[in-house]
Amino acid sequence: MSRSNNNIALQATGLTKIYGSGHTEVVAVRDVTVEVNRGEIVALLGPSGAGKSTLLTLLGLIRPPNMGQITIDGKLVFDNHHAKVNVRTFRRQKFGFVFQKANLIPFLTAAENVRLAMEINDQSVRISRQRAMELLEYLGVAERAKNLPSMLSGGEQQRVAVARALANRPSLILADEPTAALDSVRGRQVMELFRKVAHEQNAGVIVVTHDHRALDVFDRTLEMEDGQLRESSNLNK
Amino acid sequence: MNLATKDIKHNFGRFALTTGGIGLLLMLVMGMGGIYRGLVEDATSLVEHIGADLWVVQKDTRGPFAEISRIPRNLEDRVLIVPGVESAYGFVSHTVQREYKGKPLRLTIQGLSWPLDKGHWLPIAAGRGLTQAHYEIIVDKSSGLQVGDNMALGKETFIVKELTKGMISQAGDAMAFMTLDDAQAVQFDLSPESIRIERTARVNRLFNIDLGQTQPQMSERAGGPSSGIPALGTSMVSAVLVSVKPGYSIDAVAKNIESWPDVSVYTENGQKQLLLKGNVDRARRQLGLFSVLLIIVSAVIMALILYTLTLDKLHDIAMLKLIGARNSVILGLIMQQAILLGCIGFCIAYLLGQWIFPYFPRRVVLVRGDLYSLAIIVFVISILASLLGIWRAIRADPSEVLS
Repeated sequence: MSRSNNNIALQATGLTKIYGSGHTEVVAVRDVTVEVNRGEIVALLGPSGAGKSTLLTLLGLIRPPNMGQITIDGKLVFDNHHAKVNVRTFRRQKFGFVFQKANLIPFLTAAENVRLAMEINDQSVRISRQRAMELLEYLGVAERAKNLPSMLSGGEQQRVAVARALANRPSLILADEPTAALDSVRGRQVMELFRKVAHEQNAGVIVVTHDHRALDVFDRTLEMEDGQLRESSNLNK
Repeated sequence: MNLATKDIKHNFGRFALTTGGIGLLLMLVMGMGGIYRGLVEDATSLVEHIGADLWVVQKDTRGPFAEISRIPRNLEDRVLIVPGVESAYGFVSHTVQREYKGKPLRLTIQGLSWPLDKGHWLPIAAGRGLTQAHYEIIVDKSSGLQVGDNMALGKETFIVKELTKGMISQAGDAMAFMTLDDAQAVQFDLSPESIRIERTARVNRLFNIDLGQTQPQMSERAGGPSSGIPALGTSMVSAVLVSVKPGYSIDAVAKNIESWPDVSVYTENGQKQLLLKGNVDRARRQLGLFSVLLIIVSAVIMALILYTLTLDKLHDIAMLKLIGARNSVILGLIMQQAILLGCIGFCIAYLLGQWIFPYFPRRVVLVRGDLYSLAIIVFVISILASLLGIWRAIRADPSEVLS
């Protein structure tokens, strides 16, 4: 695989995460090295308890690793457990997150949920309003812009969550089982949406999934077992 | 985008109920302060309205309000010859309780020195004042009496000629004004049997003193009405009110009168201080204690409400942190809601108070300064109450979103 450095969205080397200590010590992630390019969509597979979600929290700068380095867009963010940047600011500017549940703020409309991500990133109200509508249109839920999350279907909520994840033009989108709560048709639609987003928005996308029916959507699949990672296939090749 | 107002709009019913509850609590705090102010006003309003420069009372007493004072009415004449005295007239004050239309009615009766004093200084609500020396009365409208009503007091029936406003005694009773003679007649009203017993006792007393031995013919008069025996007793009043001529020092006149061995003298301000320190002080401390306790209770309740509201939003707060929201965004969400809760609660308290306070048995006086102080206190406790919620929110782990 030949990749130019400025195209690398995420580079993680030797990541290890240990919970507890002594007799209760659990190594959730062991010496994981992974690299994701911009415009690439990668599936992260593995049985329950394999450490997929823990790896996602490390890559998403939600928890610090005990060991290893994480570099985002060419900038070293974590060196072992030391943060080299303000991780919350970095998350705001470089990441988009999508989860099994949409996790939309219940008292904000669909458009406001998308705008919120931009406004907390210091975008002006005018620009964030315009981009929120563009994104909702792009994801086919523009007509639901003024509805509260409780008035949207599961699929529509997930599309709004994707729109929120895209709001700040992130380098990397991390999705944790985003189709688990959807039927197979809607699940596939969401996976295809991620592929479209990765290719058209030039973002790296990592999707933790159990859904093997939609694996053809991914450029690569990575498989985790007992906290260790192995690259199972390069589907594009 | 203001998250606090969006959340409130979404959960409006819950916020409205919570704010209403806080408003009721704050109304009680406001009411306590208002009752204290009412006590002070009630205690001092008569002294202020009368406007006498000096109050001459029985020696070594703090009368006529803080304790009983009895001085002879003819003290007026002695006072009048003091240089600098413009006018002097007697003052009588006592409280009666009567049945009126089947309900107990308490009146604090003040005697007016007719014809010099016809009560022209009283704040009139309706009617036109006293027109004759007897059987007419001026009452405060809080008594429930109306102009033209008849009221039996002593052995006479009095007709209400005028209503005043805000003339309440320090005990919270409506004040009534009548001529000094009528006030004394009501004060010393006795049943016929009591009068007969007293007259017999008086004759016996006469023969036990030198006067009875030297002037036995007085026994006939001693057995008659007391007004016919000036040598045995004189009409008593509670105080003599003195006005000082312009250009004369009030203190100098007071010092002059105070040199007499049978009286004490207080200036208007001295009389007010006696009332406030003696009668109102304990009530002030009691009300102050209640107010402080209510403020603490309000603060604790607000803190618990805000903490609960924060717990309800913890998942959303974790999500906000996950997508990179600064702590100031989260802090703003909680603190703005706390301040809104306090401010709207304060407004509800004020508006409800305007409606409910007039029905309180004691007068509630809302003073602008007190309202400003309470507003500042509410603002501060709103901020303090939000700290618990903020502390919990700041501790929220963004990874909670994954669970």
